[in-house]
Amino acid sequence: MAELLKKDEMKPGAIAAGGTMEQLYTGSWRTYRPITDFEKCTNCLLCWAFCPDSAVPVKDGERQATDLQYCKGCGICATECPVDAIVMKREDELSEDE
Amino acid sequence: MAERVALTGNDSAAYALKQINPDVVAAYPITPQTELMHKFAAYVADGEVVTELVRVESEHSAMSAAVGASLAGARACTATSANGLALMWEILYIASSCRCPIVMPVVNRALSAPINIHCDHSDTMGARDTGWVQIYSENCQEVYDNVIQAVRIAEHADVRLPVMACLDGFILSHTLEALDASDDAAVQEFIGPFERPDSLLNVDSPETFGMFALQNYYFEFKKQQVDAMANVPAVIEQVGAEYGELTGRSYGLLDPYRCDDAEFVLVGLGSTTGTAKQAVDDLREDEGLKCGVLKIRCFRPFPAARIREALADAAVVGILDRAISFGLGGPLFHETRSARYGDGGPMIDFIYGLGGRDLSLDDVKGVFHALAEAGRSGEMDPLTRYVGLRE
Repeated sequence: MAELLKKDEMKPGAIAAGGTMEQLYTGSWRTYRPITDFEKCTNCLLCWAFCPDSAVPVKDGERQATDLQYCKGCGICATECPVDAIVMKREDELSEDE
Repeated sequence: MAERVALTGNDSAAYALKQINPDVVAAYPITPQTELMHKFAAYVADGEVVTELVRVESEHSAMSAAVGASLAGARACTATSANGLALMWEILYIASSCRCPIVMPVVNRALSAPINIHCDHSDTMGARDTGWVQIYSENCQEVYDNVIQAVRIAEHADVRLPVMACLDGFILSHTLEALDASDDAAVQEFIGPFERPDSLLNVDSPETFGMFALQNYYFEFKKQQVDAMANVPAVIEQVGAEYGELTGRSYGLLDPYRCDDAEFVLVGLGSTTGTAKQAVDDLREDEGLKCGVLKIRCFRPFPAARIREALADAAVVGILDRAISFGLGGPLFHETRSARYGDGGPMIDFIYGLGGRDLSLDDVKGVFHALAEAGRSGEMDPLTRYVGLRE
């Protein structure tokens, strides 16, 4: 993690620096976690399009594992998935391999 | 070349804005401010200013437009009163937090309900924690002078904060007064060009303002505002002295009147201090009462050290409050008492003039007599008193 700027290093009233959200874990209040079955996933990327945060990473046109730093468990991806490849599970009921 | 002109408080603020010639003015009408922007709109229509006048659908939008313009590098102004200021609330904080040096004449008026269009200070007193500098005017000359100086104060590199130039509704806004105005060129030279070191439209160094700053950065931004406020008093005094060189009228944080040997001092804001000065002259002449007035010109930041110094020798201090913090009392009283914590003498709060109720010369003399009586008896209670209230 980059070192945080001190008060007098910051521009008054402006953004402190680019990319400050990279330092924050806003997925910490998640209750439900999306579990993706990559056997079913067709890479249609509707989950990527509908995710209101930036929790669905895509690499070379293929969906990657959900970014849990930002995923708040809203479940939109699971609702939109046309092949039911995503299910929502309570964080306290996850098995060890999930 | 200075000119002697007859202007109301609204006219004098509009005339100052004309001479400032802001890049952008966004405004919405509300009594008693309406006439101010009405006059300024005429300057726009007559081509006397280059200002882009944005006629918005609410005060919330007026302040939002002023913030956007300021961040884009424009010198931006607006004006309002009472409920209009209340509707700006959310954006008042954004203006100060984004360090937009917006200048806003506020024509003080009572907040509803019951609906009332006349003067008190409940509107700007409610906004005292919004991060804006607040300057109050005693008469129309000061309105004109303060609006011009507000530009320099707001835009100073050590400050970069928005400024409210407050004037009492109707008492000043609609009262014709003879005053001295500088010529346009002198005002332009005094305020100089607006330059902000960063702006949305600087494509060589693009900036983002008002973005997320959560647990990791918000606190530092707030302390920056604290530091900027702490720089304001020195800037106000410097600008006030320079303005004095230009016009012969110097300004500071406070304006003490016959306080040097005064046993009984009344502290107040705005037009009432003019009445109080007359009461002081009369009472000294007629009764030999050693009394004085301490006018607070700059209420935010609160010039605590200077106030403490100015009141050090007074036997009893009275505060004239034209607003109430419900459940506490008069805001000026409580802030002055805090400023004197540890070495202040007795004080009494006099709440007066809500909703425009007149405070006559005799009323002020009555307040001085109450201070003198408290000084004789040593009895300060009740600590909060209401002047001119039927009960």
